[in-house]
Amino acid sequence: MSAHGTRGSGTTWVGRAIRRLEDPALITGKGRFTADLPAIHWVRFVRSTVAAGKLTKVHAPKGAMVITAADLKGVKKITPMLHKFNYRPVGQPALADGMVRFTGEPVAAVVAASEEEAEDIADQVELSIDETTPVTDARRALEAGAPQVHAEAPGNVILEGKVKTPDFDTVWNGAHKIVKVEARSRRQNATPMEPRGAHASYDVSTGRVTLTCTTQMPHLTRTAICDVLAFPESDLRVIAPDVGGGFGQKMSLASEYVVLVWLARKLKSSVAWTEDRRENLIAGFHSRDQHITLEGAFDRQSKLVALKADIVSNVGAYSCFPTTCGVEPLMAMAEMPGPYDVQQYACLARGVITNTCTMAPYRGVSRPVITFTLERLMDKAARAFAIDPIDIRRRNLIDKFPYKSAMGLEYDDATYKETLEMAVEAVDVPAFRARQKEARAKGRYLGIGFATFSERTGYGSPAFAARGMEITPGWETVIVSVDPSGFVEARIGSSPHGQGLRTTLAQIIADAIGTTPEMIKVVHGDTDRAPYGWGTFASRSLVISGGATLIAARKVRAKLIKIASHMLEAAPDDIVLADGSAKVAGTDRAIPIAKLAREAYTQTHRFKGEIEPGLTETGHYDPPGTFSNACHDAIVDVDAETGHVKVERFVVAEDAGLIINPMIADGQVHGGIAQGIGNALLEEIIYDDNGGILTATLADYLPPTAHEIPPIELHHIETPSPNSITKAKGLGEGGCIGAPAAVVNAINDALSPFGVEIEEIPATPQRIRAALRSAEKHSAHSRASGNPGP
Amino acid sequence: MKPAPFVRHVPKTLDEALKILADVAPQDGRVLAGGQSLVPIMAFRLAKPAHLVDINEVVGLDKVISDGTTLTIGARVRHAAFHKSVVDNPLGQLLSAVVRHIAHYPIRMRGTFCGSLAHADPASEWCLVVATLDATLVAKSTRGERLIAAKDFFAGIMSTALAEDELLAEARLPLLASDVRFGFNEFNRRAGDFAMAASLVTYRLNAGKIAEARVGLGGAESFPRRIVEAEAALNGKTPGDTVFRAAAEAAAKAIDPLEDHQTNAEYRRDLVRAVVRRALEQSA
Ligand SMILES: Cc1cc2nc3c(=O)[nH]c(=O)nc-3n(C[C@H](O)[C@H](O)[C@H](O)COP(=O)(O)OP(=O)(O)OC[C@H]3O[C@@H](n4cnc5c(N)ncnc54)[C@H](O)[C@@H]3O)c2cc1C
Repeated sequence: MSAHGTRGSGTTWVGRAIRRLEDPALITGKGRFTADLPAIHWVRFVRSTVAAGKLTKVHAPKGAMVITAADLKGVKKITPMLHKFNYRPVGQPALADGMVRFTGEPVAAVVAASEEEAEDIADQVELSIDETTPVTDARRALEAGAPQVHAEAPGNVILEGKVKTPDFDTVWNGAHKIVKVEARSRRQNATPMEPRGAHASYDVSTGRVTLTCTTQMPHLTRTAICDVLAFPESDLRVIAPDVGGGFGQKMSLASEYVVLVWLARKLKSSVAWTEDRRENLIAGFHSRDQHITLEGAFDRQSKLVALKADIVSNVGAYSCFPTTCGVEPLMAMAEMPGPYDVQQYACLARGVITNTCTMAPYRGVSRPVITFTLERLMDKAARAFAIDPIDIRRRNLIDKFPYKSAMGLEYDDATYKETLEMAVEAVDVPAFRARQKEARAKGRYLGIGFATFSERTGYGSPAFAARGMEITPGWETVIVSVDPSGFVEARIGSSPHGQGLRTTLAQIIADAIGTTPEMIKVVHGDTDRAPYGWGTFASRSLVISGGATLIAARKVRAKLIKIASHMLEAAPDDIVLADGSAKVAGTDRAIPIAKLAREAYTQTHRFKGEIEPGLTETGHYDPPGTFSNACHDAIVDVDAETGHVKVERFVVAEDAGLIINPMIADGQVHGGIAQGIGNALLEEIIYDDNGGILTATLADYLPPTAHEIPPIELHHIETPSPNSITKAKGLGEGGCIGAPAAVVNAINDALSPFGVEIEEIPATPQRIRAALRSAEKHSAHSRASGNPGP
Repeated sequence: MKPAPFVRHVPKTLDEALKILADVAPQDGRVLAGGQSLVPIMAFRLAKPAHLVDINEVVGLDKVISDGTTLTIGARVRHAAFHKSVVDNPLGQLLSAVVRHIAHYPIRMRGTFCGSLAHADPASEWCLVVATLDATLVAKSTRGERLIAAKDFFAGIMSTALAEDELLAEARLPLLASDVRFGFNEFNRRAGDFAMAASLVTYRLNAGKIAEARVGLGGAESFPRRIVEAEAALNGKTPGDTVFRAAAEAAAKAIDPLEDHQTNAEYRRDLVRAVVRRALEQSA
C-alpha cells in the first residue's frame, strides 16, 4: 500500500490508495494514442498569419490537394447557443470563409501522402489577405471606434450578464469601508502534453466514419460534427483512445476535426492530422484573459457586506462549442463571492470578442482568476483594517450549511474555517514571521500567502440550464454488466483522460457487489460501446459518473441477491455479497458470484419468470452539485533585485468529501497546483500590437518544470456531501484554483516593506521589478520632497 | 514541425568533411553537430538547409587535450564532457561549474562546445566563457586554417566570423594561473532555460588587491564580451561589497541592452547589475 494510506473503515475498497489499473500500459509504452494510427492521407492546415483581414485568395501549388472554405459548401458553421444574457450567436466556419479573425485560424487543409509532404506543400500555399486593424485587448475592444470583429456583435460585446441583489444599494451606501482590487489575468494555454489530433477513416462497406481523436467528450463531438455536416449520428463512431491530458482544451470542438471527417467521407479513405506544439500554442484554444475590478464593502467589524464586480472576459474570435464563450464570464459572475458570507452582490460580466485565439474552458475556468481577485481583496482589506489576513478570513468564511449564496447557489456541508485553521497550524505562522524578519534584515524577502476557496463540482443539468445553454450537459449514464464469465464491465459516458476513473469506479462497484477491482473493466471513450454521456470536465466525473455507477451497481447487487436467494433458498435479507460470493449469513452456504452470473444467462427457466434474464443494469444520475473547499498557503522567497520568485513551501488543507482513492485525489491536487504555480508566475500567451503571437514555442511560453514546484504538503478533512450519493465531491480543479492567489498573496506579503501591490498574473520577474522600480523612484522622490518614505 | 527535405552527408575524416562542406556550402549546406539547436530550428522551418554535413562520425574531433598552457576542445566534444573537471587547473573547475547551467541533462549529452560557439546564441554559456577568457578559435576549410580571437569571432545575434565553408574544428582556451579566482552567475526564469543575463568573472589578488580582472557578460547584448568599465572598477581595489557593487553598476551602465517582448532595457540592466555582483561575490 502506498504512503497515501487507507482512509475510511479499511474494510471497503473505497478509501484505499490502490494503484491505478490504467497505469501498467501507460508507463510501459503500451498506451494507444491517436497519432499512433497509420493513415493513407495526412493533413497540414495552412493558418492565417495575420489577425484580421479579408481573405481574397488561396494560391495552391499545381497538382496539390488543398481544401478551402469554397470546397466545404453546405457545411454549417459551428454556432453554439445561449438563450440568455444578450448573447449574440456568431458562427465559426470550419475553414476561414472570406474573413480571418485571428492569427492561426485554419484557412486551408493540405492533403498529402505523409505529414512531411503535406507540410512541404503547405509551405508553398500563399494566402492573399487584405489586412485590417485587429483588436486583441478586451478593454480596447470595448472602446468606441474599436475594430469590429463580427458584424453580429456590435461593440464586440457578445454576452452581458448583470445581477444586483435588491438591498445592494442600501447596504453599499451604509458600509464603513470600501476596498478595491483591479486584477488582471493574462492569457494562458492549457498545454496538454499531447496536442490535439484526429484520425478519420471511412468504411466502404457501411459508409460509416470512425473518428479517433484526442477529446474529452466523444458523444458531443459526434453530435456536433453530424450537425454541421448534416448526416446521421449512427454513421459516425467517435473514439477517444488514450488521451494525453485535456484540461478543458479538448472539451471544445476543434474545427479541424470537422474537416477531417468531411475529408474521410470525400476521399472514402483514412486521413489524419496531428497538431504540433506551435499550432497548439497559437490556435489550440486559450483562456483566463480577464480584467476584474472588484470592490468589497465592509462594516466596522471588517465583515464583508457587499461585493461589486466588473468582469471583462476576452473570449477570442469565436464562441467555443458546446459551452459557448459564456463559460468564463458567467462562471466568474456566478461564483465571485466564493467561500465568504456576503448577501449583497452586484456584477456586470461581459464577454468581449477580439482578434485572438478562441477561448475555451481551462481547468478551474475563471475560478483561478476570481479567487485570485477575491483573495487579493481580503488581504488588502485586512491591511485597511490593520488586522491579520487570517483573521479577516475567520470573520467572513461561511460556517452554516446549507448556505444559499447571493446568486442563489446552495453550498452543501463544507469546512472553510476548519481547513483555514488546519493550514495555518501546519505552517506555524509566528515562527515564519520571525524568520521573515530576520531574512529582511539581510535583504531577503520572504512572504506567506493564504487562499481559501470553494470549488463547485459535480453539478448536473440545472447549473448549465441556468446559463441558458442550448446544450445542457449534466447527467451521466452508466451501464454495469456482469457477463456469463463472472467478470464485470461498466460502460460509462464520461471520458477520462488521466483522472484514474477506471480505478475509482471499479472501487465503487467492487464494494457494491462484493468483488475486487481487478474483476472490473471500465469501458469509455467509444460512442459504439459507451452510453451517451457528456464526457470528463468540470470536476464532474467521479461525482456524476461515480453516482450513476453506484446506482447501476446497486441494481446489479439487488439482482444478484435475488438470484442467490432463489438458488440458496434463503430470504434475500439473509444474503451477503462479499469476497466474490453470495453467502447465507450465519451459515457456510455460499455461491460464487460468477456462478450466479452464469445462471442469470443460462438457467433463466429456474427463476419462473420472476427475474428478467441477463445481468445488466443502468444507472442515471443528475445531481444538484456540491462544493469542495480548501485553503492553500504558499511561502515564497522573492529576489528583490531580479524579481525572481521561488516557491519554498506549499501547504494544502482540503476537503473533497468522501475520498474514493487517496492517492488519485492527491495526484489531482498536485497536478493542479503545478499548473496554478505556472499561472501565478510563468505562463503567458503574448500578442504583439499586430495580433501576432510572440509565445509560439515552449521556449517562450513557460510551463513550470519539476524544478519550479516545491514539495506539496497535503492535509485532509472528509465531510461527506449530502448532495452526492457516493458522498464524494469533485476535486479536479481545486489545485489550480487556489495556487495563483496563495502565491501572489505571498509575493505581496514579501514585498510589503516596499509598499508595492502586484495584482496581475503571471507575476513575472519583469513585472515585479517594474513595480519595485517605480516604488524606488517614488520613494526617492518623496525623500527628495521631504515626505517620509515607506 | 517537420523539417524541409535535406540530404545528410556522414564523412568519416576531417578532410572529407571539409571537402563536402566546400561543395554543399553554396547550396545552403550546414554542419550538423549535436543538433540541439539546428534540429529545432529546422523543425520550425526557420532554417531549411538542403545539405547537412554530419560531423558525428569524424575521427579525431572528440578530444579534450591540455598541453600545459592551452586546453584544446575538439568539435565533437559534448557539453557533458565537462561535468567533471577535464584538466587539473582552475579552468577545469570553472568549466564544470558553468556547464550545469546549460540546458538539461539530455541536451548536454548531445550538444557540443564548438556547436554552441558556431551557433552563437547571445545567452550561450560557452560563448561567454570563450569571450571572457580570450580563447582562440580554429576554423578549417579546404582553403586552409584560420585562427580567430574570441573578440573577433562573434559578429551579432547568432552570427560569427566563420565563412560558410568553414568548420569550427576546435576551441583553444588558455589554462588559468593556479591562484585565479572565478565566479559565475546567471539569471533565468526556469532552471535550464537560456540565461537572460550571465556573468563570468576571474581575477587574481596582488597584495590583497584585485589584478587582471576579467568581467564577461552574456545574454545581455547581441553577443558576450568583456566589460572593460567593470574591470577598471575592480583592478587595484580590495575585494568587497562596495567594490563589487561599483563594478556591477559600471557593467549595467556600459551595455547596449537587448530588448524583447518580456525584457525592456531597464530590466536587462537590473539583471546585469545582479549577475555581475553575484558572480563577484561567488569569486570572493
Ligand atoms: C531546451 C533547450 C535548452 C537549451 N538551453 C541552453 C542553454 O541554457 N545554454 C546554451 O548555451 N545552450 C542551450 N541550448 C542549446 C544547446 O546547448 C546546443 O547544443 C548548442 O547551442 C549547439 O550545439 P550543437 O552541437 O547541438 O549544434 P547544432 O545544433 O548541431 O548546430 C548549431 C549551429 O551551429 C553550426 N555548427 C555546429 N557545429 C559546428 C562546427 N563545428 N563548425 C561550424 N558550424 C557548426 C550548425 O551548422 C548550426 O548552424 C539549449 C537547447 C535546448 C533544446
